[in-house]
Amino acid sequence: MAKKKFVVGCFDDEAVLFPAVKKVRTAGYKIHDVYTPFAVHGLDHAMGLRETSLHTAGFIYGITGTTTALSCISWIFTKDWPLNIGGKPHFALPAWVPITFELTVLFAAVGMVLTFCYLCQLAPFVKKHHFHARATDDLFVMVIECTDKTNTEDLKGFLASNGAIETDIQIAEEGWWLGHYDKDEMRFEAKQTVAA
Amino acid sequence: MASIRTQFEIPGKMKTWSLGLIGVGLVALIFGLVTKGFSSDEHEQVHFWGTLMYNTIFWTLVCNASMFFICVTTLAMGGWQQSFRRIPEAISTLVPIFGSITFAVLLYVVLSDKHHIYHWLDTEAVAKDPILTGKSGFLNAKFFILWTTLTIGFWSFLGWRMRQLSNEADQAPMDAETGAKFIFRNTVRAALFTVWFALTVGSTVPWLWMMSIDAHWYSTMYSWYTFASSFVSGMSLIALWLIYMKNKGYMELTNQEHLHDVGKFMFAFSIFWTYLWFSQYMLIWYANIPEETVYFKHRVQGPYKGIFFLNLIINFLCPLLILMKRAAKRNYTLVTFMAVLIIFGHWIDFYQMVMGSLSKEHVTLGWLDFGILAFFVGMMIFFVGRALASKPLIPKYHPFLKESVIHQV
Repeated sequence: MAKKKFVVGCFDDEAVLFPAVKKVRTAGYKIHDVYTPFAVHGLDHAMGLRETSLHTAGFIYGITGTTTALSCISWIFTKDWPLNIGGKPHFALPAWVPITFELTVLFAAVGMVLTFCYLCQLAPFVKKHHFHARATDDLFVMVIECTDKTNTEDLKGFLASNGAIETDIQIAEEGWWLGHYDKDEMRFEAKQTVAA
Repeated sequence: MASIRTQFEIPGKMKTWSLGLIGVGLVALIFGLVTKGFSSDEHEQVHFWGTLMYNTIFWTLVCNASMFFICVTTLAMGGWQQSFRRIPEAISTLVPIFGSITFAVLLYVVLSDKHHIYHWLDTEAVAKDPILTGKSGFLNAKFFILWTTLTIGFWSFLGWRMRQLSNEADQAPMDAETGAKFIFRNTVRAALFTVWFALTVGSTVPWLWMMSIDAHWYSTMYSWYTFASSFVSGMSLIALWLIYMKNKGYMELTNQEHLHDVGKFMFAFSIFWTYLWFSQYMLIWYANIPEETVYFKHRVQGPYKGIFFLNLIINFLCPLLILMKRAAKRNYTLVTFMAVLIIFGHWIDFYQMVMGSLSKEHVTLGWLDFGILAFFVGMMIFFVGRALASKPLIPKYHPFLKESVIHQV
């Protein structure tokens, strides 16, 4: 639960966003994240994100499913409770393959969904700071993490000169937290009340 | 576009290799014909004609899979394959050539009354056999010849029409309206080919050409299984040519992104093949009815045991474990290795599908098989090289070409 200072720049065009991301990175700023209304092809490369390890996790979950199924079924049918099913051998591998397959898929799928949610910090009842409400609608929101030495006004100017239509400074929770939004600055609600 | 090399020049080495392989193949073919094909021993004859049959059928289907690939990607409005579509097109020009060879071999087998290959040709035996009598509407020499002619004829014709249309993309820039019309005509021709493909490779032809060797036995999975086998080898062949052309400095617009997608096809259809392999096997294993298990008896427990399970390792385990990673599908060396392995694996698969039924007591794999394989590989290299050289390598006015250039996985 550590609050940090962020500089937020909003862009309304993909074509402007890409060069801006590049310039911000070469200028040495640390991009916290870029929030976009839809998946933008190649943005992960532009931001210099490393390859996701989700598929490695998926492979491990799958292997776990395979092992669980095979060891479980083989123990039950050969040691624990051998049954004569249509005169087939107790160790009837072909008959187990569909179940092994299903369990592999189930483990891999469920495991990957949960891992994905964890990596994206998504869960029921868990809250996360929203940098801009229009990030889910029509704005590309670039969030830059500040250090003690960051000159925020300079950075805001830099973003604006690279095509940001809106910039501001926010002090916000970096990760997720369990509880209510009251710990967060309710930026948008506050604005709405003022407008009303 | 000026800097891009669109004209393929056949390297001397390629010519030497292809002619060398054809030469080796011809020697094996003639030697086999003399010692086995015209031998008075029925076993030797069956060995020779069976070997010719599975090789011709395999290579025809593999080359035809290229045209199928173009047609389905066209129907799916795919753009990513445009930068290298001339490679599958060139491979599909082999269909008339290999198709005629297949036709000649099958015609000889049927007309010379080779009862030991197609048991159902023996009219006396069929009359006494209620099962074969029931099938005689489908399994008879006349229908066989008619359907084989139509099949190979239409594959060649519809594929040729598709390639002719592709030539228009070389001539002049298209405006939006001509482009839309061009795409529509592509869709129509691709649909015609795909429907005919479904009626033949997807159902009747593998039953007729290969499954009818075990005339009593049947499996509804068989055609899909054959299709999966030929399609995954076809994709591997496309990948091999793609990598070869890249190595020679052509195909500048094609890169790892395209290779990745071709690799995905190789991976996915290897799994699909296994799915069908297993479905066919498990149902028969489970029911355990003698007239059904007869197909697997000598393959699983007899002399073909080794090949049968080697097949599963090469065609399932290796692609699954090696091609699973993203980095592997983008690695030219690994994809080359896997493509060769997959083509070899499915060639062995066709071998056991045909020869496993014709020569139940012993495995016949030997110089004749590899000789004839060399013959077909040589022919393939020779004719595909010629077809590639006869056309620009990039359909530069194709409306979807840009999609292919900016393709990203």
